[in-house]
Amino acid sequence: MAFWIASSPHNHIQKETSALMRLVIFATIPGILAQWYFFGWGNIIHIGLATATALLCEFFVLSLRKKPIKAELLDGSAILTAILLAICLPAVAPWWISVLGAMFAIAVVKQLYGGLGHNPFNPAMAAYVMLLISFPVEMTTWLPPRELWPVEYTFMDTVWMIFTESTQLGYSAEQLRTHIDGYTMATPLDTLKTGLTTGLSVSEVTTSPVFGDYFASGWEWVNAGFLLGGIILLAKKAIHWAAPVSFLAMLWLCSLIGYMVSPDLNPSTLFYWFSGATMLGAFFILTDPVSGATSFKGRLVFGALAGLLVYLIRNFGGYPDAVAFAVLLCNMAAPLIDVYTRPRTFGHQTHGLGVAGNKQGAKK
Amino acid sequence: MQSIINRIENNQFWKFHGGIHPPEQKFLTNSKPIKPLHLPELLIIPVQQHIGVPGDILVNIGDTVLKGQSLTAPTSPMAVPVHAPTSGTIEKIALHVTAHPSGLSELCIFLKPDGQDKWRPRELCEDYKTLDRSDIIRKITDAGISGMGGAGFPTHIKVDSKPNIDFLIINAAECEPYITADDLLMREHSATILDGINILRHLLIPRLVLIGIEDNKPEAIEALKKATADINDIHICVVPTKYPMGGEKQLIKALTGKEIASGGLPIQQGIIMQNVATCYAIADAVINDKPLIERVVTVSGQGLEKPQNIWAALGTPVRDLVSLCHSTQPADKKAIIMGGPMMGFTLPIDTVPVVKTTNCVLVPSEKELNLHNTEVECIRCGQCAEVCPSNLLPQELQWSAKAKDHDKLKALNLFDCIDCGACAYVCPSHIPLVQYYRIAKAEIRQQELQDIKAEKAKARFEARKARLERERKAREEKQRKASEARRAAMNNSQEGTNAKSAVAAALARVKAKKAQDTGVSAETSTEATTEVKTETLSPVQAAIARAKAKKAAQAAQSTELNGDNKAPETGANAGADATPSDDKQSKVAAAVARAKAKKAAKAKQEAASQTPEENVPAEQTLAGQSSAEQEKAEEQMNTAPKEKPAADSKQAKVAAAVAKAKARKQAKAKAEQAESITEGSAPSQDEPEKTDVTSAEVTAKTDAAEAIETTEAPANDKKAKIAAAIAKAKAKKAKQSSNDLDESTDDSTIENPLKEGTVESKANSTTDSSAEDSDTASEVKPANDKKAKVAAAIAKAKAKKAVQASNAGSSEVDDTMEKADAKSVNSEADVAETEVNAEPLNGNDQSAPAVSSISQQKKARIAAAVAKAKAKKQQQAESN
Repeated sequence: MAFWIASSPHNHIQKETSALMRLVIFATIPGILAQWYFFGWGNIIHIGLATATALLCEFFVLSLRKKPIKAELLDGSAILTAILLAICLPAVAPWWISVLGAMFAIAVVKQLYGGLGHNPFNPAMAAYVMLLISFPVEMTTWLPPRELWPVEYTFMDTVWMIFTESTQLGYSAEQLRTHIDGYTMATPLDTLKTGLTTGLSVSEVTTSPVFGDYFASGWEWVNAGFLLGGIILLAKKAIHWAAPVSFLAMLWLCSLIGYMVSPDLNPSTLFYWFSGATMLGAFFILTDPVSGATSFKGRLVFGALAGLLVYLIRNFGGYPDAVAFAVLLCNMAAPLIDVYTRPRTFGHQTHGLGVAGNKQGAKK
Repeated sequence: MQSIINRIENNQFWKFHGGIHPPEQKFLTNSKPIKPLHLPELLIIPVQQHIGVPGDILVNIGDTVLKGQSLTAPTSPMAVPVHAPTSGTIEKIALHVTAHPSGLSELCIFLKPDGQDKWRPRELCEDYKTLDRSDIIRKITDAGISGMGGAGFPTHIKVDSKPNIDFLIINAAECEPYITADDLLMREHSATILDGINILRHLLIPRLVLIGIEDNKPEAIEALKKATADINDIHICVVPTKYPMGGEKQLIKALTGKEIASGGLPIQQGIIMQNVATCYAIADAVINDKPLIERVVTVSGQGLEKPQNIWAALGTPVRDLVSLCHSTQPADKKAIIMGGPMMGFTLPIDTVPVVKTTNCVLVPSEKELNLHNTEVECIRCGQCAEVCPSNLLPQELQWSAKAKDHDKLKALNLFDCIDCGACAYVCPSHIPLVQYYRIAKAEIRQQELQDIKAEKAKARFEARKARLERERKAREEKQRKASEARRAAMNNSQEGTNAKSAVAAALARVKAKKAQDTGVSAETSTEATTEVKTETLSPVQAAIARAKAKKAAQAAQSTELNGDNKAPETGANAGADATPSDDKQSKVAAAVARAKAKKAAKAKQEAASQTPEENVPAEQTLAGQSSAEQEKAEEQMNTAPKEKPAADSKQAKVAAAVAKAKARKQAKAKAEQAESITEGSAPSQDEPEKTDVTSAEVTAKTDAAEAIETTEAPANDKKAKIAAAIAKAKAKKAKQSSNDLDESTDDSTIENPLKEGTVESKANSTTDSSAEDSDTASEVKPANDKKAKVAAAIAKAKAKKAVQASNAGSSEVDDTMEKADAKSVNSEADVAETEVNAEPLNGNDQSAPAVSSISQQKKARIAAAVAKAKAKKQQQAESN
């Protein structure tokens, strides 16, 4: 008679990492739909490209490392990374951008550091930064939202654009970005930054059509989509609220202060929330448990630091958006944050900081 | 303090960090009454069922005991006795697997119930309040009561504490899923429980009694409220259902807001906690004089048809309880958990007995619990930290535990972990966190023990060192004084000279020994040659060779190197006993000595002697033995040397190898060699070619091969190689081949050995036996068989060495090739296996075609195989 032997507990909540990843992937759908609606098929094609590349890379590296391929390949983490990366790419970026990015994200940022659970940096954001620095032209060729397109731009046009860098009719990306009035349209954040550096005030810059009716035409809805996805994740308890809330709160607070100090040079607080990659970063990037802080307090600090960095880089840095840079910087700080935000253990008088000097302190 | 009481009175309680809500599954058992006691056929009562030390066993095998009679007597304050749950006889006292996570075997008393259930005399107590405090505590102690909630801490220690107890907390939380034992006990026996509580109040005089109970037991709450309605200072504290609410520290925190300091005890903060079942047992013990011999056990799980609560006698095997509830689980996929699903442990067998802390036996169905998920990487999701009731960081603990970073683990307060399993329960990566912690805790405790031991050992070592130093100084002082005294005495007399002469004598003896050794070695080499002819010499030489193997080998080597030319001569000498032959022999012997230090010397001698004999002197000797054979051998030898001196050298090498290989049996080998030689001669008689072949065979497998080769220069080399290879690779076949060879040479060999009796009686005998073994086709004689066998055995055992030796020998002997070749070949053949011989025969035999006998064929095959396998080595050896 073979008795089954195991260590307690013998019960389990029956949740799995792969299920968590799947849920996060599903939660990106509202944002992706908004992207598709306002910016065309580009991102969806890139998602396909990046996912395929990511899975191939993951398969390759896992075989090299002699890891259980089926279990780790299908845990959803590689797919999620690819999706998050592809979401961040310009819709007309050439195909090799997403392929290169996915390869870098999986092979270098994730697997070279030891695979799932061991990467110090968010793979998608690290890959994005690598691409942005290496291919600045391709990575900043953003299309304006659909209603501002000067020519018709179909699914096949997008395919042509991504694989041949021109549409079926021969339009280049640059021509697609050209307004009827003859100037090149950029993202609202870029437009604002450029405008402010040329001496215009915020109210003057925001007359540009790329800002649309509210904050940032198209982008506001994309952000709203990701906010919706984030709320779903929060409701499902798939992510912890601390990091996104503190991130958004800090961004809001900084922009509020800036706006109150100098309304001409600072856009509204909600513009910060609903432009660029703010909501994606808040709910899908900063909540990456692997590269983030783990304790509750640590997550608060982590999110707040990211919010502060986003504000600082958007306002004073060289790039119009800053979520990727802010996230990478916070990834670097996460281990330290964790050390200094350890909770007080039950029955102990002081906080059990893992620093050498605190050991004595705990004994007092 | 007052604020705490106010909050409690307002039913405002505190929260502890973390906690989980696993499926309760209490509905399985909480609607059925407790099944009355059912006695099994055999009770297995562990001597120790609590934390602390076991008592002394009071009964012997065969004793008849009464119900409630104590079976052990406590020997220390931390010990409580165990009692006979019913009357019966002690069947045995032996080790048995007990209720322990590791499945440890502990001493158990096996009690066979007699069915009468006859009580020992009891003294019932009408009113415990008339009893002395110490009497009550003694009753509790004698009743063997220890905490029944899980840990099993002896109750009398807890209740025998100083006054100033603020809170007596009765733990009725029962937070583990499935378990309803306390729930049912409270419903059915609230009055008795209240008696127990009152006894505790009487003993401890607390300011307030708090009964902590989760809100998922409404009926128990109702029963308790009814029972305590008229008592003001007992509060029923209904707390939310949350695992692990029943943890001591967690319940104290929830009820009073106080945190028990890490490493501290509740008593230090004026709090004492007792389990409800313990209260029941206390009441039974004090009022009814009934020791703790039975308890309520929840037998639950979806693997049972009738899960229910059962009054179980302590010592009841789990199997009996499970069978009462009709397990539906297949016998081959059985899982039994003692305790709840969160903190219980799986049982290795189902005869584990119920003990005082057993509150649940769980038989889950296969799908019921999540038992088969595999661990994946931690993604630092932090859910474990969120549910940890001790507010630890399980994911960091896990990394440190995997890295065995004990300092970090301690800094992270690993020892505040209460093993509740909440972290592992929620882990989406299915990491068995608690398991890692348990291992780490055990390792740290082990390490600390070792550190203490090391400290003590160090102290002991240093004390010893100091003592030795003292003694040494004292000794030196003593010696100094003694030597001074001696010196003074010597100056006065000539005794000193005597002492000196003694020392000189000793030195002289030592030198003499060394001189002898060297001399012997030298002798061995020379002797080898002489031995060939004179058997008497050979044994002596052999002995010398054994004794001085190393030295001899070196010497031989040097001699060999020097007199390669001589070596061949020695071969010739072997026949003629001339000095050149001696040289060769000495070389051969040296080679042998090198290879097979101990026996090499003998082997060399033999080989050398044999080979020479075969070639020329061998023929002479052999001639004495068998003229015909000798003649043939001579012919062969002659032809061989004539054909190619190189062959001789090879043969010599082979012989050396053989000698090395067969050190032990050298004597035999020698005889064999002689035989082989003779054999060779015999075949030669039959057929000149054959004779050559036979001689080669006779010498040794390898040697023979080489010899044959020598006759045919290239053939010889090949043969030597082949022989060596064969010897190594085909030990088994060697015998056969040797047999074959024997067959061919049998006649001659037999004759030779007989005649060679002079050579070496041993060798002869061996050869004889070999000859017998081998069923030589035609003329094969027993002697041949024996030889063949011997050769085979030698070949097997010393294949490697033989090859090397043969190589060396061949190189050495090369000079001697001409005459010695034949001889060496012969000797080698002897040493090597008969197989080799066979092969050489084939190869050698230019006449092989003529010899188209089976033996030759076999030899040819073997030779071919050997040649293939060891072509490289042979070439190298040859080149050497």
